[in-house]
Formats: sequence, structure tokens, C-alpha cells
Amino acid sequence: MKVEVGVNGVAYERDVEPRTLLVYFLRKLGLTGTNVGCDTTSCGACTVLLDGESVKSCTVLAVQVDGRSITTIEGLADGEELHPMQRAFREHHGLQCGYCTPGMVMAAVSLVAENPDLDEHQVREGLEGNLCRCTGYHNIVAAVLDAAQSSREGAW
Amino acid sequence: MIPVAFDYVRAESLDEAIAALSEHGDEAKLLAGGHSLLPLMKLRLGTPSVLVDIGRLSELSFVRDEDTYIAIGALTRHHDVQHDTIVLREAPLLAAVAGRIGDPQVRHRGTIGGSLAHADPASDLPGAVLALDGTLVARGPAGDREIPASEFFKGFLETTLAPSEVLVEIRVPKGTTGHSYQKFVRRSQDWAIVGVAVARVNGHVGVSLVNVASTPVRATAVEQALASGASAADAAEQAAEGLEPTGDANATPEFRRHLARVLTRRGLVEAGL
Ligand SMILES: Cc1cc2nc3c(=O)[nH]c(=O)nc-3n(C[C@H](O)[C@H](O)[C@H](O)COP(=O)(O)OP(=O)(O)OC[C@H]3O[C@@H](n4cnc5c(N)ncnc54)[C@H](O)[C@@H]3O)c2cc1C
Ligand code: FES
Ligand code: FES
Repeated sequence: MKVEVGVNGVAYERDVEPRTLLVYFLRKLGLTGTNVGCDTTSCGACTVLLDGESVKSCTVLAVQVDGRSITTIEGLADGEELHPMQRAFREHHGLQCGYCTPGMVMAAVSLVAENPDLDEHQVREGLEGNLCRCTGYHNIVAAVLDAAQSSREGAW
Repeated sequence: MIPVAFDYVRAESLDEAIAALSEHGDEAKLLAGGHSLLPLMKLRLGTPSVLVDIGRLSELSFVRDEDTYIAIGALTRHHDVQHDTIVLREAPLLAAVAGRIGDPQVRHRGTIGGSLAHADPASDLPGAVLALDGTLVARGPAGDREIPASEFFKGFLETTLAPSEVLVEIRVPKGTTGHSYQKFVRRSQDWAIVGVAVARVNGHVGVSLVNVASTPVRATAVEQALASGASAADAAEQAAEGLEPTGDANATPEFRRHLARVLTRRGLVEAGL
């Protein structure tokens, strides 16, 4: 079946089997920043934005997003200029092995876009769908709080 | 994990969806948010040969303030139920419950209609709609049918919906004066080990229990005790009356009965009883 999906601002028209999961559709485009972790909707490593909102792309069919717009980790930076959330993760050392990071960053971008005025508790709750085996979350939370502040100050 | 191959039909209207269901019968499944169905299909526990995608029927995504009740379209996502101003004002229990489902990503996809139709006894919204004495509206080839929530859930993943019917609307009464949802989990994104929904609506108290039987159930002994003047603490002692919950890795049957009593007491107190 033919689908046309906007990914990071580029329109891709592809012929897919209906059972193709969005995460594999994206990875086949060469956008391998989006990881598969658990493949059971639990870990959040595959999180991307669908029309600006976080979703787990291992549990969405490519045919379901026909005509809609997806943002992956590759679509956040502006050329060499990192997105404020990416910058905050780097500054706060919010990653170690990096496997969870693309999904964590996308979930955090969606969270802050919905409510930039959040506190530590809301950040922890808002990232409940993303698991990290390395960091213990502390620096991830610090990074998201910092990025949220920069968003409130109009830097996004 | 990749689902077994299937044919995909994108319904452009409700009539088209009903026609497709009628044509394919048991072979076909509706696809709403896909957050119960796709995980099952990926594990190959579900192998429908036709998926009828109703995800684009925006006319089924709404919240309307009617005279004595609010109506919520079946395709309204958990995220929207959680944040909708009419729901927050008129049926705050539903907003609170929707906000406790899974995680933000799940709430961006999953729908209230899908949650009710899937009828997982561990799901949160079925218990809440039951405590509120809601009514479900289904549309089939013969037109609309209203089903009281108390008659909707038949068994594990089983409802009284016919294979060619689409759940279109969920109605819950206005007039809440107290509510609570007590969800016991080990990790925040998990399903309820036991959940208790309490709704005080127009002078009546509805209490329902999640994940203690093959369907969500009303705690009638608790409701009767309250109606005859028992205190919240005394009424809550009746919460496990008649229950025979199953045991699993998370809880023994006895622990579930214990949780039913404790969570009911907390719920009644939070609801102001
Ligand atoms: C990681 C994860 C965690 C979760 N945690 C929770 C939780 O804590 N609590 C909870 O309650 N739920 C939880 N869920 C389930 C989630 O709420 C689902 O979204 C919901 O149960 C199903 O809604 P859906 O729109 O995704 O339905 P789908 O998956 O699209 O459909 C589910 C079933 O309902 C049928 N159906 C769908 N819509 C209709 C309709 N309008 N009329 C008739 N039949 C219909 C489908 O044919 C299918 O059989 C979780 C899911 C995941 C993946
Ligand atoms: S790979 Fe999608 S949630 Fe883990
Ligand atoms: S940095 Fe390794 S899993 Fe999060």
C-alpha cells in the first residue's frame, strides 16, 4: 500500500506492507537514530513525534501515519546547532551508553511542548514511559528541567 | 516482532466501517489507537486477517456537554479525556483515571472506546465508567443501541458488542460531588494490580473494582453498607465480599482481597465519605 509520510520536513512516498511498523519504516529510510529496545511498548527507546506529540513507533503502523508528519531525533538540530533539549542532555551528562537517549529526548521535547512550566516531579512522571539502564535518571531530569527553563525564556 | 500479514481497510466514514465489519465478520477487527490490538498482534496472540482502521473518523472524537450527562466520542484519546475542560468539570473521575493510564506516549494513542471494547479486566477506564453508571452507545447495521455499562462487560476481553457493531459514544452522568481512583502499581507505567474507582454522583455512591475478576465489578456490598449509613472504614471492610480474584506474579488472591479493602477505604475517604 502506498503511503506518503512527512519525516523531518521531507515527504517520503513508499509502498509498504500494512503490517510495517513505523519504527522499521523510519529505519529503512536510513534514519537509524530511532532505536528499538523492548519492541513491546515498554521502554520508549523508539519514541518519535507524530504531529508534535510523543508516540512509541514500535506500536504504530506506517499506514496509520499516512499523510501525517513525523519528527525523529535526526530532525531536531538546526544544522550544526543542537536543539536546546539535546544541548541540555549534553551539558548535564544526561546519557551514558546513549541507547535510550533518542527516545528520551523526543519524549522530553513533547513533554515540555505540552507544559513548559513543570517541576521535578512532573518531569519524572512525564518520562515514566522511557527506561534508562545507565544514568539513574538524575541527570536526565536535570537536563529536562534546564531545557524547560530555556523554553520558558523563549529560546525554543 | 512483526504481526501476521493482514488486509488493511481505512474507513472514511462510520458507515464504511460498519459495512466492512459486516462483510468480513469474525475475520475483521477494528483498529482505533492500536495500543491493545497491535501489541497482541505483534506477539501473534491476535491474528485478524482484516484490520478496519477507524483512526481517521474525527467525528468520533469529541466531548459534548448535554443536559444531564456528558458524551465522549469513542475515539477520544486518553490524553484528551485527561485534559478536556468539560470532563474535568463534569466527570473529574474520568479525567483522573485517564491520566493514570500507561504513560504519555500510550495516552497520545489509546482511545476510550478502544479501552472499553477491549475489556481487559486490568484496564482503568472500564472500572470508572462502571462506577459512574455510564451508558455506551453502539452503532451497527440496524442503527444505534444503548447499553448500560453494567451489562456491557461479559468476561475476559469479552463484551456484548456484536461483531458488526462500533462503539461510538460513552455517556456519563453529570453531578459529581466526590471521586477517587486508587490504583496500586509497582512501577508508575504499569497496569493496576488492583484499582478502585469511587464516584459520588447525585447523592449516590458508585464503587467499582479493577483486576479482581474477569470483568470490572461493582462493590455492591460496600455501596449498600454506605447507603444504610455505615462509615467509610466499615463499608470498605465489605470490599472483598464475594470476590475470588486470581493470583499471579504480582499478587496472591489474598493480597488482592486485602488491596480491595484498603484501596476502597482510601478511595471513599478521598471522595469525602
Ligand atoms: C505499554 C502500555 C501500557 C498500558 N497501560 C495501561 C494502563 O495502565 N491502564 C489501561 O487501562 N490501559 C493501558 N494500556 C492500554 C491502552 O489504554 C489502550 O490504548 C486501550 O486499552 C485500547 O485502546 P485503543 O484505542 O488503543 O484500541 P485498539 O488497540 O485499537 O483496539 C482494542 C480492541 O478494541 C476494539 N475496538 C477499538 N475501538 C472500538 C470501537 N470504537 N468499537 C468497537 N470496538 C473497538 C478493537 O477491534 C480491538 O479489539 C496500555 C497499553 C500499552 C501499550
Ligand atoms: S521499542 Fe518501542 S517502546 Fe521499547
Ligand atoms: S544512557 Fe544507557 S540506557 Fe540510558
